[in-house]
Amino acid sequence: MSSPVDATSNPGQAATPSPPAVPTRRNTELLMLAFAAILVTIANVLVEANQEQELSTQLLYNGAAFLALFGIAHLAVRKWAPYADPLILPFAALLNGVGLIAIYRIDLADAAADPDHGYLVNRQIGWMVISVVLFVLILAFVKDHRLLARFGYTCGFVGLIALALPGFLPASMSSAGGAKIWIRIGGAGIQPGEFAKILLMIFFASFLVSKRDLFTVAGRRFLGMDFPRMRDMAPMLLAWAASVGVLVFERDLGTSLLFFGLVLVMIYVATERVSWVVIGLSLFAIGCVIAYPLFNHLRVRVLNWMDPLGRLDATDGDSFQLVQSLFGLGTGGIFGTGLGSGRPTLIPAAETDFIISAIGEEIGFVGVAAVLLLYLLLVMRGLRTALAVRDSFGKLLASGLAFIIGLQVFIVVGGATRLIPSTGITAPFLSYGGSSLLANYILVALLLLISHAARKPQPPSKPRPQQAPLAEAHTEMVARPT
Amino acid sequence: MNTPIRRVALTVMLLIVALMVNLTYIQVIWSDELRAHPRNSRTLNEELARQRGDIIVGNEAVATVEETGDNLYPYERVYPDGPVYAPITGYYSPIGRTGLERAEDPVLNGSDDRLFVRRLSDLITGRDARGGMVELTIDRRMQETAYQMMTDRGLTGAVVALEPSTGRILSLVSTPTFDPNELSTLDSEARAAATEELEADENRPLHNRAISETQPPGSTFKLLVAAAALDNGYSNDSEVNAAPSVQLPGSSVSLPNYNNNPCGNGQRATLLQAMEESCNVPFGEIAGELGPEVLQEQAEALGFSDPDLEIPLSVASSELGEMADSAAVYQSGIGQRDVRVTPLQNAMMVATIANEGSRMEPHVVSRILTPELDLLDEINPDEAEQAFSPQVAQDLTEMMIASEQHTGGEGQIPGVTIASKTGTAQWGVDPSETNPHAWYVAFAPAEDPQVAVAVLVEAGGDIGAGATGGRVAAPIGRAVLGAGLGGG
Repeated sequence: MSSPVDATSNPGQAATPSPPAVPTRRNTELLMLAFAAILVTIANVLVEANQEQELSTQLLYNGAAFLALFGIAHLAVRKWAPYADPLILPFAALLNGVGLIAIYRIDLADAAADPDHGYLVNRQIGWMVISVVLFVLILAFVKDHRLLARFGYTCGFVGLIALALPGFLPASMSSAGGAKIWIRIGGAGIQPGEFAKILLMIFFASFLVSKRDLFTVAGRRFLGMDFPRMRDMAPMLLAWAASVGVLVFERDLGTSLLFFGLVLVMIYVATERVSWVVIGLSLFAIGCVIAYPLFNHLRVRVLNWMDPLGRLDATDGDSFQLVQSLFGLGTGGIFGTGLGSGRPTLIPAAETDFIISAIGEEIGFVGVAAVLLLYLLLVMRGLRTALAVRDSFGKLLASGLAFIIGLQVFIVVGGATRLIPSTGITAPFLSYGGSSLLANYILVALLLLISHAARKPQPPSKPRPQQAPLAEAHTEMVARPT
Repeated sequence: MNTPIRRVALTVMLLIVALMVNLTYIQVIWSDELRAHPRNSRTLNEELARQRGDIIVGNEAVATVEETGDNLYPYERVYPDGPVYAPITGYYSPIGRTGLERAEDPVLNGSDDRLFVRRLSDLITGRDARGGMVELTIDRRMQETAYQMMTDRGLTGAVVALEPSTGRILSLVSTPTFDPNELSTLDSEARAAATEELEADENRPLHNRAISETQPPGSTFKLLVAAAALDNGYSNDSEVNAAPSVQLPGSSVSLPNYNNNPCGNGQRATLLQAMEESCNVPFGEIAGELGPEVLQEQAEALGFSDPDLEIPLSVASSELGEMADSAAVYQSGIGQRDVRVTPLQNAMMVATIANEGSRMEPHVVSRILTPELDLLDEINPDEAEQAFSPQVAQDLTEMMIASEQHTGGEGQIPGVTIASKTGTAQWGVDPSETNPHAWYVAFAPAEDPQVAVAVLVEAGGDIGAGATGGRVAAPIGRAVLGAGLGGG
């Protein structure tokens, strides 16, 4: 396990006559995808029926786009990662489909209020097309996730630059909604942070794997806990501090929280030492206490979190958005108002950060719980991949990829439902937004590659000559050295 | 590395569980409060998007909806005969509601339990949810007659008519009134302007004078005193004090008859004559003799002192006031001092006499219907109390017939015997400065009562101190009775 390169995965071995029969389960995947498509289409019909009272061609377009795109993605998996986990892609597809429905539904409401309002869902489908192309390219060209380990430092470097870039751009090109996280040229814009997330994850995984032996051997005991030597961790901590610092500077609280948690977990998985989590959380607590009086936007969010209903008219940044989200969820109740029958557009940013509230209003607690379980299952399949894969880099990367989905869901849904102070990040696959969607499809492609490596049948080891146990071995005459 | 990965899995599970627990709290436990929060426009929007039920009189709607073609607010509430029915319907606007729009809101907006099955079938069949219909007991002709009589003469006051045998409210008018269409419009600026104007109007058109305001009943109250007297040994032939005035016990103030006239021939008079001529002296004395407890008991039997009366509009409680000394009892006996009644209460009193002493619960809603006009609920006549014996009722009727014959004014209905009592009630801080209120309570036909009515004209219609119930209020009451009896 400590060796990053596994000698048994030589492609030439595939030709050997009798590989053990491991089912690829690609047909399971296809079936699940078809199921997801049916669910999405039914939901789409419900939205249309409740909103328009008639079925439009947009319905066919949405359905066809969904089927075609995931059909292509499925074929790519069939070709380049045939042994990959059959559930990961359908989970992502279903979440993406639910997101499409929600965005389309919000579009209809916006279009009803303002006929000039464009359909965001068509742009989202456009982003899906690009995402799936990228997804296919990654499967086709990366083939083996261990290749990525070689580019660890490069990834880290590029990731940091991408993360920091918006901070140096003029506000007109980088700022939106209080956070400075965009690179916008002309009409199009991307959030480089979404991609930096994955690049830095690759860096952290490769770095931690290469230094892994040092953590477990060198170190000292203090207060009953084992602490690795600081100098072993320095580059890593530096990159971490830089990314969190940059994000705080760019006022992107959600993403900085995301990075913080991600790195903590990756270090914990690599070192197997709880001490790092304890240190990390202590530092986090100290950081919060220091930051609270310094950052006004942070303070406003905490105040709104503590008393949302009382701060509806607060002049220093009211709780309107959070309260609308709570009103929507509360009005929806257990079973929701029905798809297309709620008023999700009352929540500002309903199609991005607060999409879960828009969904929760119309399909109720039952529906949101189902969406959350989908996320949980997706994370669990990712972590299962981490357990199953044999190389340490794969284990670490898969853990990071899976965990970041779970953490991101916790931060965004927790923020929209007043479990934690709200911070602006997107819900993976659900929210409207090109960068987020692209990054998450890259993430899924990587998970599928790792999972393919994990489940691919081991080529039979070369039959060793039958040897008698040592004790029964006969003695041999050895030529006397001359 | 597998142990930490398992623990990470457990952590993610806990995070998701925390989200679900929190969502359960919001969507299951907290949801009622969030839904009902005044700043939650969803609930109201949902209601505005639904087709609100009609309020029906006869076969026509007095409150209905018009389609706007707008997506967010597809319906606007309209009132075809707005001002005529405004005291009953109230108004319905995105920011508030009064009258039956408020009292029957659950039916009209469709959330009432009686509409549950209907809602369920709407849900299944995908029909647009609609509210239920409310049918009124109001008689269109009587309501319009009463409204015309009051407004044509520019009078401030109220008219209430009842069906004595059932308590059905046949007409309920309060003037000056308002046009609910102005307040139900979706044009928020026009609505705000209309609200401001109506609230600033010193004639208070938004006040419902028929049920929400009490006034001194004046001589109409003598019917109540007479009922108590008849129940306590008096008869129509009992001799009463015929003197033009009497000194109030324990004071130097005297209680005179109208214009200081003697009662009857000035030597002796009967109770019947005292009622016919509306002499104050005998009724002051009888009240003093019966005492405050007996009067209060009789008043409560007729519906006084009931703060919970609803028709289902909530009705102001009529009160006798405190009668601390004999002087106060004397003055209360002629419907002055602190006695205050609503026009509805006065109508209930004569309806009880007309119904042989049995007081029926007054109500203005007759039936609750589905949007397709199928019956959901029917409000049946309900006896509230036997206020006095049929014999007392008959004696009172006799007095009222005599009173009606004694009363002048226009509007007598040929061939119909009316039983009535007028009242001219002083009010205000200095009664010599304000014109008295004019009352007229009556029922007809006297031998088989179909309609009972109470008319109040505030400040006698400002025709001066000479205004009396007979001159100002009686013609209106008679016209309403006539409309009710089909004579016109």
